[in-house]
Amino acid sequence: MNAILATSAVDITSPTIEYAALAPILIVLGAAVLGVLVEAFVPQYLRRTIQLVLTFGALAAAFVAVLRARGTVIVAAEGSVAIDGPTIFMQGSILVLAAIAALVIAERHVDPAGDSFAPRASALPGSEQEQAYTRLGWLQTEVWPLFLFAVGGMLLFPAANDLITMFVALEVLSLPLYILAGMARRRRLLSQEAALKYFVLGAFSSAFFLYGAALLYGYSGSMKLSGIADALTADAGQNGLVIAGTALVTVGLLFKIGAAPFHQWTPDVYQGSPTSITGFMAACTKVAAFGALLRIMYVALGGLRFDWRPMLIVIAGLTMIVGTIFALTQTDIKRMLAYSSIAQAGFILVGVVATNEAGLQGTLVYLLAYGIATIGAFAIVTLVRDTTGEATHLSQWAGLGKRSPVVAGAFALFLLAFAGIPLTSGFTGKFAVFTAGIQGGATGLVVLGVVASAVAAFFYVRVIVLMFFNDPAVDSRTAVVVPSSFTTFAITVAVALTVVIGVLPQLVLTLVEQAGIFVR
Amino acid sequence: MNPMNYLYLSAVLFTIGALGVLLRRNAIVVFMSVELMLNASNLAFVSFADIHGNLDGQVMAFFVMVVAAAEVVVGLAIIMIIFRTRRSASVDEANLLKY
Repeated sequence: MNAILATSAVDITSPTIEYAALAPILIVLGAAVLGVLVEAFVPQYLRRTIQLVLTFGALAAAFVAVLRARGTVIVAAEGSVAIDGPTIFMQGSILVLAAIAALVIAERHVDPAGDSFAPRASALPGSEQEQAYTRLGWLQTEVWPLFLFAVGGMLLFPAANDLITMFVALEVLSLPLYILAGMARRRRLLSQEAALKYFVLGAFSSAFFLYGAALLYGYSGSMKLSGIADALTADAGQNGLVIAGTALVTVGLLFKIGAAPFHQWTPDVYQGSPTSITGFMAACTKVAAFGALLRIMYVALGGLRFDWRPMLIVIAGLTMIVGTIFALTQTDIKRMLAYSSIAQAGFILVGVVATNEAGLQGTLVYLLAYGIATIGAFAIVTLVRDTTGEATHLSQWAGLGKRSPVVAGAFALFLLAFAGIPLTSGFTGKFAVFTAGIQGGATGLVVLGVVASAVAAFFYVRVIVLMFFNDPAVDSRTAVVVPSSFTTFAITVAVALTVVIGVLPQLVLTLVEQAGIFVR
Repeated sequence: MNPMNYLYLSAVLFTIGALGVLLRRNAIVVFMSVELMLNASNLAFVSFADIHGNLDGQVMAFFVMVVAAAEVVVGLAIIMIIFRTRRSASVDEANLLKY
């Protein structure tokens, strides 16, 4: 009896957790849990202040932890989490983008009734109850813990080194976003509809990812990405299971990225969600999802690249074409930005299909550049309002540059960055991925990308012309609201970073070159 | 019993779930179909765990159950507020956002 107990005690070894390398994720998730406790125990009038301190404190502390982890290359937490150069760069990008987005989310002076979220998301739109909450000036401060949980999931997603961690991270980042999408103060029916669409399609795509993960596990007998790679080396991928598994997992990830033909949710959700949340999820989700896609494609399925590369090339081309063509026909500024973000996802995919180190680096640069410009652009959309809320119809933006040249100028800068005009961050990103694409032998796709960029430049410039060279409608009630220092600071930082990455690309390029490649 | 049969069953369940999401109108039924897909994946995970003789797949099944429970909380909350607002849980009537 004693002998049995003794042997069974030996079998269990306590896992080693590398706390320093995991600190960014742990700090953010810990602060999110604290935020939930604040919601439960702190009186209403104190919550916003405490949540803001918690959120920005956690983001700053996590960023310091990321800086301290620089140069670390380990597989932490018993092989579940890979902390390497690209992960650290992406975690840093996500934290910077999340901090800028948080500034926009914290804005309280743009909407006369309070912040951009419903006073109580549970109150029915237009009900007396809702009006009472609005009169009382209540705020739904649960936004902050949800935001932090989403950021925590995003930090973990590109670092996930086995399929279990990847699936859990995917859900941890998605579930809070489903709720946040449905919490807009204005146009609540649209917001709730966006939440429903995002939820149903998101859960659908997670199920695809999960079944793909099951098939990959069935093929290799291992949840670890390196285990799948070893199994592929052993039999050179001659197995239907691994092909089907790869396809299903890729569908799940491409959905999060918003690549065609899995993009249908993007315009609806981007338009319906509160605009500050749209900026956050457009930028940060894309960084995290591309990180996970790159890791699973390069680390686990690298041996299968001759099978998945043609598939991704077709998807990248289709995504560029769909995003660009549909953006041309949009009349709503948020929908136009949504289709533009689909087109951008196509350009970023060029870096993925390059399957070389330059492609990885280009993708990282592009994601950062795109994220900053996206958050900035959506932050400006929150400022242009009429009496009913945000003025999102393009016609309402006519002549904006004549009345508010600074805001219109900043928006024009972000649009030029999306278009990839030199001396903006967008050019640095596009140049990096297209160069990598040519090196990687995807010349046809790069040519298509350049043509699509040229077409895309048309609808970006069309908005600039509309703002600066058209006269506003006579009965126009559109005005640019002067925001508090939160949004002002966010837009200033976004403008500064967009220009700096465009003028001095070496700053970022050196960082990604130091980042190196994925650890196995 | 041959474990492959469980895999065939899981593929059939997954397909039924996917078709349910695409074809049914009621948000609750759509949501149940998604859960069916998740559970089909679970069946595949535990069958593969049995075939390979390791525990990873069974561990994953527990994680999937927890995640599915969390998804129920979020999903039902969203469907409930939509139902209270519109007096309908049809996914076809949620059509304000287009073009």
